Amino acid sequence: MTDRVARMRPAVPARLVTPLAYLASFTVTMTAVALLVELTGHSAAEVALTLYQGSFADLLSLGRVLDEATALLLVATGAVVCARAGMFNIGQEGQLVIGALAGAFVALRVPAPGWLAPVLTLGAAAAGGALWAGVAAALHYWRRVNVVIGTLLLIFLASQLVSFALNRDWLLQEATPAGQNRLPQSAVLPAAAHLPRWGRYPGIEVGAGALLAIGIAAATVVLLARSQWGFRLRLLGLNPVAARRSGVRAGLVGGGALLISGGCAGLAGGVVLAGDVHRMQGGIANNLGWEGLLVALVARHHPAAVVPVAVLFGALRAGAGFLASTGVPRYLVSVLTALIVIASTLPAAFAELRLRRRPGRSRS
Amino acid sequence: MTGLELVLASALRLSVPLLFAALGEWIAERAGALNVSLEGMMLAAAFGGYVGAVATGSSALGLLCAAATGLSVALAQSGMSYRLTVDANVVGLTLNVLVLGLTSYLPAPTEPVDVPHLTVPGLSALPVVGGALFDQPWPAYLLLGLAPALWWVGYRTRWGLELRACGDGPRAADASGVDVPRRRRQAVLVCGAFAGLGGGYLAVAEVGLFNPNMTAGRGYLVLAAVIFGGWTLRGTLAGCLLFGAADAMRLALPALGYQFNPQLLLATPYLLALLTMTVLARRGHGPAALGVPFRRGLT
Repeated sequence: MTDRVARMRPAVPARLVTPLAYLASFTVTMTAVALLVELTGHSAAEVALTLYQGSFADLLSLGRVLDEATALLLVATGAVVCARAGMFNIGQEGQLVIGALAGAFVALRVPAPGWLAPVLTLGAAAAGGALWAGVAAALHYWRRVNVVIGTLLLIFLASQLVSFALNRDWLLQEATPAGQNRLPQSAVLPAAAHLPRWGRYPGIEVGAGALLAIGIAAATVVLLARSQWGFRLRLLGLNPVAARRSGVRAGLVGGGALLISGGCAGLAGGVVLAGDVHRMQGGIANNLGWEGLLVALVARHHPAAVVPVAVLFGALRAGAGFLASTGVPRYLVSVLTALIVIASTLPAAFAELRLRRRPGRSRS
Repeated sequence: MTGLELVLASALRLSVPLLFAALGEWIAERAGALNVSLEGMMLAAAFGGYVGAVATGSSALGLLCAAATGLSVALAQSGMSYRLTVDANVVGLTLNVLVLGLTSYLPAPTEPVDVPHLTVPGLSALPVVGGALFDQPWPAYLLLGLAPALWWVGYRTRWGLELRACGDGPRAADASGVDVPRRRRQAVLVCGAFAGLGGGYLAVAEVGLFNPNMTAGRGYLVLAAVIFGGWTLRGTLAGCLLFGAADAMRLALPALGYQFNPQLLLATPYLLALLTMTVLARRGHGPAALGVPFRRGLT
C-alpha cells in the first residue's frame, strides 16, 4: 500500500523533468549513433575524435565552422521569424540559390566602386530570396495556396532556373576559350565584390558575413521580444483570430515574415557566394537551406538559441568533411543531424501527450 | 523501334514507381496528412527492397521487404505526428534527411538483380503501344488491381468515407465519432506501404541496383502529381503518367536528335502543380484540412 502511494508521487522535482527528458532523449540518440558506427565496423570513439578535430580542435578548423555556421544562422533566423508568425516556410533551399543567383548576376554585371560592390551583391541576394518567398506569399494570400506546398514546389523550380542560367552564356555561364569543356558555372566574381575576411592562414579566419549574421540574429532577438512589430507577429502566430480582432493585418505581418525569411535565406546564399565560393555553381546551396531550417527546429524557434545550435550544426558540417578522410562515410553526419532534430522535438511532444491524457492538471 | 514507341515505352517505365507511390500519397492527403516524408519512404524502400531481393534471391520477396521498409518509415511518421503531436512537416523533413543519410551510409551489396518481364503474347507485338503496355516487369501489372481496389476502398467503403471526412472536416468527423488521428495514422501507413512498393519497384525492377539518393526527388514529384490531379485518383494517376512522359522526353529527345530545353522539362511538373493549385485552391477542391494538425477541443 505505502509502496503504491510512493509510486504515485512524482519521483523527480517538476523543474527537473524537462532537462532530464532532454538528457535522456539525447543519450538515447548518441547511443543509437554509436551503435550504428560500431555495427558497421568503425570505431565510435574515433568518429567522435575526428569530428572534434575537424571542428573545434584548432583555430583553422574553427574558422571553417564559423563559415558553415554563418549561412545556417542566417537561414535559421529567417525561419524563426516566419515560424513565430505562424507560417511554415520550408523553401529556404530554393530561396538561398535564387539569392546567390541574383547576387552573382549583380556582382558580375553591375560595375560598382569598391565598397559598394559587396553591399549591392548582398542586397540583390536578399531581394532575390525575398522575391522567391514572395511568390509563395502572394499565392497564399491571393489564392489560398498552402504555404508549405508552395514553398516546397518553388525549390525545384529554383534549381531548374539556376541550372538554366548557368548553362546559357548570355546569362551567367562562364566564357571559356574554344575547345575547353564548358562547365555549368559563372565566372569568378570581381575581387571588389568579395566580402572582406580578417585573420590569416594559421590563425582563425572570420568573414564579414559572420558579423552580419550575428548582427541580424541579435536584432531579431530584440525586435521579436520588444518591438510593436514583434508583438504583432507573435500574436498572429499564437492566435490568428485574436490578432485579426485586434487589428493585425495578416497579409502584411504574415506575408512580411515570409518575405523576411526568404530574404534571410537569400542573404545566406549571397554570403556563401561573396564570402566563400566566389562563383555561382549549381551545388552552391549544398543543403544549407534544409539544415538551416533544422537549426531553427532544434532551437525550438527561439531566436537566441539559434546561435549555439547553428555553431553545433556548423561544426558537424565542418567535421563531416574531415570524417570522409578516415574511411567513415560522411553521410553518418546526416544521420546524426536528423536524430538530433528528433531528439530535440520528442521531450516536448511527450510532455504534451501527458498533459492531454491528464486534462485536470494545468500547464506549468 | 520508332522514336515514338521508344518514348512511350520509357514514359510508362518511368511512371510506374510514381504511380505506386501516388496511390498511397493520394489516400494520405485525402485524410488530411501531407506526407513530405514520401521521398524518404521511397528511398528507404528502394534500399530495403534491393537488399531483400539480393538476400532472398526473389524479386517478390524483395518487393515485400520494400513495402515493409516503407511501412516502417510511415510508422515513425504517423507515430510522431499523429500520436504525439510533432508537426508533420518537421517530422517529414527530418525523416527524409535520416533516410538519405542511413541508406547512403549503410553498405549495400552491388550485385544486380533482375525481374522477369511479363510479355502478353500477341498484344505486345502491337505497333506503337505494344511494348509500352504489354511488355513490362511483372510487378507493374499489380497496379491494374491495386488502383481500382484503392478507388473502391476510398470512395465506396465506410472506412474510406471516414478517412476523407478527416481531410475535409476533421472537427465534424470527430463530432460524429470518428477517431481523426487514428484514421490519419492508418492513411499514412497505407501510404507507406504503397510508397514502399514504388521505391522497391524502382530499385528492384527498373534499375536492378541501389544507388545513394536514387529516388532523386521522385517523392516530391508524386506530391506534385497529387496536387496536379486535383486530389482525385484519376487526375493523380494521369499526373504521374504526364510527369513520367516529361522525364522520358528529357532523356529520349536529345538521343533522337531533337533539341529541347531540359531545364524546362524538369521544371514542368512543379510548374503545373503550382498552376493547378492557384486555379483550384480557391474553389474548394481538395481536402480543406490538408496539413492542418487536428487537436480535439482547439478551434
